Amino acid sequence: MRDYTLPSLGADMDQGRLIEWLVQPGDPVHKGQALAVVDTSKAAIEVEIWFDGVVGELRAAPGQMIPVGAVMATIVASGEAPEPVAAAAPHSVGQAETELTERPTPRPMASASHLEVGGVRRRVSPAARKLAEERGVDLAAVSGTGPLGAVTLSDVEQAAAELAARPTPPVEAVGPAERQALVRQAIATAMSRSKREIPHYYLSQTIPMARAVDWLTAQNTGRSISERVLIAVVQLKAVARALADFPQLNGFFIDGAFQPAPTVHIGVAISLRQGGLVAPALHDVAAKDMPQLMRELSDLVARTRAASLRGSELADPTITVTNLGDQGVEAAFGIISPPQVALVGFGRIAPRPWVSEDGTVAAVPTVTASLAADHRVTDGHTGAMFLTALYDCLQRPEDL
Amino acid sequence: MNDTELRAAVIAELRTIAPEVDGDELRDDRPLRRQVDLDSLDWLNFLVGLHQRLAVEIPEADYPQLATLDDLIGYLRARL
Repeated sequence: MRDYTLPSLGADMDQGRLIEWLVQPGDPVHKGQALAVVDTSKAAIEVEIWFDGVVGELRAAPGQMIPVGAVMATIVASGEAPEPVAAAAPHSVGQAETELTERPTPRPMASASHLEVGGVRRRVSPAARKLAEERGVDLAAVSGTGPLGAVTLSDVEQAAAELAARPTPPVEAVGPAERQALVRQAIATAMSRSKREIPHYYLSQTIPMARAVDWLTAQNTGRSISERVLIAVVQLKAVARALADFPQLNGFFIDGAFQPAPTVHIGVAISLRQGGLVAPALHDVAAKDMPQLMRELSDLVARTRAASLRGSELADPTITVTNLGDQGVEAAFGIISPPQVALVGFGRIAPRPWVSEDGTVAAVPTVTASLAADHRVTDGHTGAMFLTALYDCLQRPEDL
Repeated sequence: MNDTELRAAVIAELRTIAPEVDGDELRDDRPLRRQVDLDSLDWLNFLVGLHQRLAVEIPEADYPQLATLDDLIGYLRARL
């Protein structure tokens, strides 16, 4: 039996409210499958399982607020023999009750506890009490079938089953106004923590974009409008490629140490129409071609704005990219999202005066790229070399 | 489809991207992207929506001809 615990879906998250289960006890589940919908401040998140198995017990009820790390369900992992729950219960009850009858009364009971109901004290075994707490069973209402009316584990299980069978009103996800306030609060917490804890340094580099823009225009000619790729995708791919030689900018700083990540999952900063910002992961950017990245980006933006994301999208970004070119700014200097260690910013692509190698000045589309990086992990030298690599990648878009 | 219906269709498509838009408050002769907050993905999705709704091809090279609502409606009318 393995515990499935609520994963942390971001530096600012310490709890989530269970909206609904997507599986039932006995369902087979596979790695990557969504088990439940949990509401955090950012969105209603589908939390995924990271191993194969069969669902054992569900330990949380819809509507319940669950701390990060708490057990939501038990799963029989593939390869384990399932423990029959029914067989376990009589064994533990029998053991507890043996202890009870062996002890002479009125010695204080160390291993069991008493429940006072209507002046009559009944014994409740520790296993029964724990299960009652987990399942929301009111012990006072449970009739005990054990010795002297003791409440046994199977008594609580039956009461819990009756409780579960009763139809409960569906738990609604958070409404838009409340969500906006929660998102704002989450951003405030995360950005304040970032500026307190991360010593940021900032670098910028102006990059000529004529080759990238012309290449993309040629690629898009002949594509139908629904397959058109945006220059933003070219920029994301270039960042992922440039990071290949700079693992110190792609990973997590946790408990005083940097852990490089094996793949580049780019947190794409997406603004919400009503205000607020989320940067969910576009996974494995270096490995995918532009049309696939474009489809995935489009889908990610739509789901982000509909407040419907997957747990892995919130937890997985290894670096963040913020692109404010559409809003017209020259450059964007961001605040790193912990536990990441870097953030790349892009400003507006526009024709600007550019001096070419032969000394002539021409109007050339350029963009200013910026890097915010964690000085505990890298120095400006590394950051500068990364931006130079990014510059080079964008001069050879056909190689991306 | 006359111009009024065409404008209504364009506004309806715009509202699927930007639900806060009020068609009556838009200035038809001013750049659309100054009046409505649309990033490049929003703009592309808007054009894809128009393409699907009206069966009109809109090449990237034509984007500069679509700055205002008047421009857009004229462009679409010529290709319906």
